[in-house]
This record gives sequence, C-alpha cells and structure tokens, in this order.
Amino acid sequence: MLKSILKRLGIVILVLVGATALVFFMLHYIPGETPDVIARYIFIGNIEIEPSNEAVALISQYYDLDRPLVVQYFSWLGEALQGNLGMSYKTGQPVLDEIVIRLPATIKLAVVSILVSLIIGIPLGIVAAIKQNSILDYICSTGAVIGVSIPNFWLALLLIMVFSLYLDLTPVMGSGGIEHMILPSITLGTGMAAVTARLTRSSMLEVIRQDYVRTARGKGLPEITVVVRHAMKNALIPVITIIGLEMGHLLGGTVIVETIFAWPGIGKLLIDAISQRDIPVIQGCVVFITIMYVFVNLIVDLSYSIFDPRIRYER
Amino acid sequence: MTLRFKQNKLPGKRSIYLLKHKSVAIGSTLIVMLAFLAIFAPYLTPYDPIEVDLYNNIQSPSWEHPFGTDNLGRDVLTRVIYATRIDILASIFIVGISMIIGISIGIVSGYYGGVIDKVLVGMMDTFLALPEIILALVLVGALGPGLFNVTLALSLLGWVKYARVSRGLALSIKEKEFIEAMKAVGVNDFYLLTRHIAPNTISPLLTLAALHLGHAILSLAALGFLGLGAQPPMPEWGAMLNEGRIFLRGGWWLSIFPGLMIMITVLAFNFIGDGLRDALDPRMKEVVIK
Repeated sequence: MLKSILKRLGIVILVLVGATALVFFMLHYIPGETPDVIARYIFIGNIEIEPSNEAVALISQYYDLDRPLVVQYFSWLGEALQGNLGMSYKTGQPVLDEIVIRLPATIKLAVVSILVSLIIGIPLGIVAAIKQNSILDYICSTGAVIGVSIPNFWLALLLIMVFSLYLDLTPVMGSGGIEHMILPSITLGTGMAAVTARLTRSSMLEVIRQDYVRTARGKGLPEITVVVRHAMKNALIPVITIIGLEMGHLLGGTVIVETIFAWPGIGKLLIDAISQRDIPVIQGCVVFITIMYVFVNLIVDLSYSIFDPRIRYER
Repeated sequence: MTLRFKQNKLPGKRSIYLLKHKSVAIGSTLIVMLAFLAIFAPYLTPYDPIEVDLYNNIQSPSWEHPFGTDNLGRDVLTRVIYATRIDILASIFIVGISMIIGISIGIVSGYYGGVIDKVLVGMMDTFLALPEIILALVLVGALGPGLFNVTLALSLLGWVKYARVSRGLALSIKEKEFIEAMKAVGVNDFYLLTRHIAPNTISPLLTLAALHLGHAILSLAALGFLGLGAQPPMPEWGAMLNEGRIFLRGGWWLSIFPGLMIMITVLAFNFIGDGLRDALDPRMKEVVIK
C-alpha cells in the first residue's frame, strides 16, 4: 500500500512539473516580447501606447526576463519548491499570499457544490434504476441529459433572475453568510448532479441483478432494506470516482461562477490576472488548481481500496 | 484499397438503423434545423445583425422583434440566428483539428510503442492534469482575446481524448494479420499509418466527436461569456449573454434566448453522442473484416 502511494506520488510530482512547464512556456513564449507586454498592460495601463526602449530594458532586467526561457523556468521552479511563487506584477505582493487568502473561499464553494450534487444526484439515480423504464426513469434520464447540456453561466443568470431579482430571496452577488452560497453552489452542483444521477443509475442497475440482492429479496426482506442496505452500498462505490472525474469541471466551473457571483476565490483571481496579464499570478493560480485537481484524484483512487476491499494497490 | 474492420453488425444500412434510435433521431432533427438557420440566415430575417438602431433599443419581444431588441436596438432573433453560424462552425473546426492531432499522436504512440509511446503518454497525462478550460484560459491569456484565438486554443487542447482512444485501437490493429502482411511485403510505415490504421480508428471515435461538439460549444460560449472570445459587435451566443448580463433586470430576453440556443445545440449533440454510444456499444462489438 505504502509503496503504491509513493509510486503514485512520484508520478504526481512529474505531472506537476510537466504541467507547470507547459503553462510557463505558453505564457512566456507566445506573446513574444513579454517585457513589452508587461509595460503596456501593467505600468502604462494602455495597450495602445508604445513603451520606451529604456523602460522595456529596465522591466526585462528587473523581472529577470532577459535570460533564456529554460533558465527562467528552472529558477522559477527552484523558488516555487521553496514556497516562493514570485511577486504579482500588478500589486507587488507575493503571489502565494494572494492565493492563500482566496483559497478557502474556493474550497468552501467546491465542497458545498459536491454535496449539493450528491444530495440531488444519488436519490434520482436510485429511483430511476429501481423504476427502470417507467415514466419516472424517463423523466430522470431526460433531466440528466438537460443538466449536462445546460451552460453553467446561463443557469447562473437564470437563477439570479428568478431568485434574486424576481422573488428577492437571495443576494445577487458577493460573499458572507450562507445565503450567498446558495445560488453559486446550485449552479455548480447541477451539472455534476446530472452526471452523478446517470452513473448511480447504471451502477445500481448492475448491482440490482446480482445474486446477493436476489437472496436478500428471497429472504423476504422489505424492499427498502434490500435497496438501502444491500444494493445501494455497493452501487455507490463507482460514484466516488465522479468526485475525481468531475473535479476538473468543478474547478473550471468555479472560474466562471466566481466571476458571475463576485465570489472572492482563486477562480476570480485567475480571470482578473488573465485580463491584466499578471503572469506570476496566472502561473501561481494554475499551480494551485493543478495541485488540487491531481491530489483529489489521488485521494479518490486510494479511497477506492478502503471502500472496496477487493481492490488493493499492491502492484 | 483500405481494409476496414466492421465494428458491429447492424441490421440493414447503418445510417438508417441509427436514425431509428430515438435520441439520435431527435438530435439529428435539431441539428438539421440549426444548420438550416445557419445556412439561410440572411433570408430568414429582414434585419442586420450588426447595424445599430438606437431608436429601438431594449424593446421587449413583439411581433416585429419576437426576441426583443438589445441595448443598441439590434434584433435579438437576428443575432441569435447569425450566431448559429459562428458557434457551430467554430465547434466543428475545434473538433476537426483535435481529431487530426489526437489520431496522429495516438496511432504513432500505439504503433511504435517503446520510448516514443512513453513520452507521448506522459504528454497526454500532463495535459490531463489540468482542467481543459483552465488551460484554454491560460492559452487565451497568452494569445490575447478574440474568436480566432479561442478557437485555436480549444483546437490545440481537445486532442487528448482522441489520442488515448486511438492509441488503444492502434495497439490492437497493429497485431492484425493484414498489417503483418503489409509489413512483410515492405509497405512503409507512413503509408500504413495514414491509409490503414488511421481510417480504422475514425468510426469508434465518432461518439467521442459528437459529445465533443457539444462540449466545444459550451467552452466556446463560456470563454465568450468571460469576454475573451468573440468581440463585439460579432454575434456569438456567449458574448451576447455577456453583453446582456447588465440588463438582467430590465431586459430578461437578452439573457434568455442566446442561452436557450446554446442549450438546444449542446443537447442535440449530446443526444446524438449518447445514441451512438448505445448503438455502437463496444460490448456488442464484433470485429469482422469485410
């Protein structure tokens, strides 16, 4: 077990190095003259005005941009491993501080959204499976396809329109109490709930045909006991994977949802940094998002062996 | 001549069989209707999608303007119809390029194996370690906003799924006798890969492509909504939602209709994708050489 965890951790670290390199080269290589871009966006604040050559040279020297890109990347990586992600071009603050302040908000939103999706998705999936090919199943399945197809930013606008503007029940945006969480978490949870419902249904359909379920029924147990105690417990194991698989969508979704609802998380920070071309901040946000993504998937993989003793990572 | 595997035995002509599948039929009908809107846009509406008419701004839906008008007095229905062209064409472009890149990398990786395979699989894992939309955001952040850059970014990032599947397919195809036979008579690798292995990966990838089309439209519109995609005055669904967002209170129609179109289009592609998956279920797969 320990050996497999260590092996997985090694792969995770390699992937992290690869992903940060990918983003680093994308950000630094494609725009051409990075110091020129920084001068226009950050210091002049107007992309139309051409910066003077001295200014460009000064910026290039100050931010160490005059060295070869590979050298720049490894010096960034070396600093990053010691917990220094550089300074924001815009504010001059350490990037790590800016991210750490915003991280809890994003994690809170993500966790609540996952809960919302499980609370909606699992019961719907189970009901659809038990009543297979009934009207109820049909409605759940169609609802799930619609849930996957609905753009989350549009859903957010619809929710704001109905619950904030028309019914005046929830605040339009911002953060604070529980009431601020409702709309963003429903927005993010809906798409995931649809996927959860589909997976629960198909996994439940498989389990329900197993011999031990038939045995339980044969013993004369009430249907509810059979479903909850015997079938559901086993059917929900694959559903854990959803949390890992959907983490990517979730983190992508937080970027949009945080922007719409002015939620002070890491997604909003990333969007602001992109529009200001604040490269160290973009880089830092991506590092954190990748770490969250990769580690959640690692935990999900490992938790599998706890929930399902048949799977052990011994190899 | 290209040798092909028959993926599974379907009664009668495959296309007709597929259309009998309910969700494929619904999805295809919707797509045909959307294509009709896109092709005949100029004949379907008397208004111009870009010309400003400030006398008629923010009008609620009426007979003259069934979807109302926006803050610059442009007919929303007209803009929604013209946007169909942009969104669907861009998503087809994204899926096409992704497929070409993905199949190329996948079959090279699967066919050659060894170090090449290890490096390419490592590359796929690296791309998969980041949520696609985040990578797209970064790439667009580097390239600068605009419809072309967004389309390019999504095209360059969508290949990983195709690469993984076609790698697996190439692994199994390369063991077949006809490939062995061709190698024995000295057919070169490039010819073998492009004429015999690549064509055999396409049909199993169709389900993926249908679902990807829907996904591409969602990503495109999401980036448009964030103001990074199509720039005003170009009619694009996501960008229209972004422009209409300020008028949520006084102009609900600006936010309802473009979003509805996105949902219908994505729904149509998902219906087709789900139907194809059911019909071409790999568990039913029977490999037969014609």
